[in-house]
Amino acid sequence: MSSDNFVEISGLHFGYGRRNILKGLDLQVPRGQVVSIMGGSGCGKTTLLRLIGGALRPSAGTVTVDGESVASLDRDRLYRLRRKMGMLFQFGALFTDLSVFDNVAFPMRERTSLPEPVVRDLVLMKLHAVGLRGAAKLMPGELSGGMARRVALARAVALDPDLIMYDEPFTGLDPISLGVIGNLIRTLNDALGATSIVVTHDVRESMKILDYCYLMAEGQIVARGTPSEMLASDKPYVRQFFHGEMDGAVPFHYPSADYGAELGLDVHGR
Amino acid sequence: MVDKGWLTIRGVGRYAIEAFLRLGYATRFLGLTLAHSQVCLRRPRLVVREVYFSGVLSLVIILVSGLFVGMVLGLQGYQTLKTYGSESALGVLVALSLLRELGPVITALLFASRAGSAVTAEIGLMKATEQLRAMEMMAVDPIARVVAPRFWAGVISTPLLTAMFTAMGIYGGYLVGVVLLGVDEGSFWSQMQSSVDFREDVVNGMLKSLVFGFAISWIAVFEGYDAPPTAEGVSGATTRTVVTSALTILFLDYILTSLMFRGI
Amino acid sequence: MERSSLDVWVGLFVVGGVLALLILALKVGNAGDLLSAGPTYTLSANFENIGGLKAKAAVRSAGVVVGRVATIDYDPDTFNAVVTMKIDQRFNKFPRDTFASIYTSGLLGEQYIGLAPGGDEKLLAAGDRITKTQKAVVLEDLIGQFLTSRAGEPATK
Repeated sequence: MSSDNFVEISGLHFGYGRRNILKGLDLQVPRGQVVSIMGGSGCGKTTLLRLIGGALRPSAGTVTVDGESVASLDRDRLYRLRRKMGMLFQFGALFTDLSVFDNVAFPMRERTSLPEPVVRDLVLMKLHAVGLRGAAKLMPGELSGGMARRVALARAVALDPDLIMYDEPFTGLDPISLGVIGNLIRTLNDALGATSIVVTHDVRESMKILDYCYLMAEGQIVARGTPSEMLASDKPYVRQFFHGEMDGAVPFHYPSADYGAELGLDVHGR
Repeated sequence: MVDKGWLTIRGVGRYAIEAFLRLGYATRFLGLTLAHSQVCLRRPRLVVREVYFSGVLSLVIILVSGLFVGMVLGLQGYQTLKTYGSESALGVLVALSLLRELGPVITALLFASRAGSAVTAEIGLMKATEQLRAMEMMAVDPIARVVAPRFWAGVISTPLLTAMFTAMGIYGGYLVGVVLLGVDEGSFWSQMQSSVDFREDVVNGMLKSLVFGFAISWIAVFEGYDAPPTAEGVSGATTRTVVTSALTILFLDYILTSLMFRGI
Repeated sequence: MERSSLDVWVGLFVVGGVLALLILALKVGNAGDLLSAGPTYTLSANFENIGGLKAKAAVRSAGVVVGRVATIDYDPDTFNAVVTMKIDQRFNKFPRDTFASIYTSGLLGEQYIGLAPGGDEKLLAAGDRITKTQKAVVLEDLIGQFLTSRAGEPATK
């Protein structure tokens, strides 16, 4: 295990009840890079993030974050490890009863004992970084989807984490917000010297900011490479995914009985 | 025929097992909540905030209901007592009914539907919009930060609301009985004072409402935390909070009454 | 909602609740008696029958409440009820031959002990026993007496 990998996952198995989601997954995230995990909807990407964050425990295999095996930590050590992590949830998950300012201040007030004037300055700096210093007094209900995502991003990096995880950061945004969020992911990662994991199925936007890319299908990594390698790949599933073809390695039709037979048509002649 | 019978029995069995499991989860959850409650002592501001949303915002409905319940008691009690020529006992009737039963029970029912359901919906929505998960990822325990303050705010608010409801109700009874119908003011109060016992009636009534507040808060936070993270899930949980609370309050009221007022 | 105005509301709420509780305790209930109860002294009395007398029942003299019944016990030797009363220290000049009876307020009201002072020069001291008592009037006994007396009379007409 080399120490220049911030997150290291090997032989990871996980299932909800009898449904297996992850089946022997291997993955490395080098320190300082922006790595994306792509795959179709429901292939277990979000589950993977929750396993890295220690919210779920693997049924087999290990998840190592910054040299510590997540599953073996007790509550206190896990919470200490989570201080090094920030996470952006799919729709921001801002606290609806707190203002934008209080949302960003939340992790500082809860997890540190910084005096209030310092908290105030830090919050304004974080909000400035995402361009929303002027919106500090608004409530989350008054924000557009893209703005909410940026506030959530400011909150995720409030404690200057070493690892930032993004769960579908591009879902449901207009093209302008898409570009803004994409840029922020890259600049924040470099400015903080952090490591980022972006879970997404948005190929176009993520390709612009990535260092490395994993493609997941059915609970396993099926392809890996730099963005240009992935785009040039001739594996059928990779081609289909990255170029958005309708039919290919993943068939358009859900497995079904013979169409003609099901409609009761006498296709074979009798 | 046989098959159908078996299926019914199996259905009943499954229902019973599920209900029992849920009770187990709820108890475990209550244990967790109590274990994480020291936050409320360390940061009382969290509870103060929730007392505002649960208690203060329920104040208007509680006071108005109390006044009207007391006025109705005064009117009905007067009609009945007059037939026996003992209108002067109206104060006793109004005060004892309110202190022992109506005050704690009606306040609890109103509180469950006004504040309990709101707490369930709020926690359920926070779960559905991943706010609780986000909190957990920030290494902040949602049970300590979200659940415990709301739970204790409910436990604190209910007896206070009950006291105000009851006082308001007695005033309502006084308005109708003395001011409107002309019962003698002196005997209204003096008979009341000589038959209402502080420990037997006032303290027991408050104890009742404390138990009710505990039950409502427990049900409300559990249903919210346990709600399926969807819109239907949250609305279903809100309904369950009100229904379960109402049944629990009435059931507990019978148990408590039979324990407290046994010797009288 | 600003922090300070929220605090004010919650403060008012708590004060209102406590105030309501105080009203219930003092104006509606009898906690005032408990609180304002000054020093008391104890007297006891044996009754042949106490009827429906309960602890905390009033002890009156000339209609004025001078104390309360503290405990009610049973003496297995004399087969009498032993009632102890707490009497307000201000009323400590009851003569030795004070007469204690159990009365009912109204036809169906609650029962209380009435003290009728006698003419003895010596006074009752704390812990003394009142010897002159009259048992409670039990309605069934009255009816029984009435019926037997009627039975003894020659049939009218």
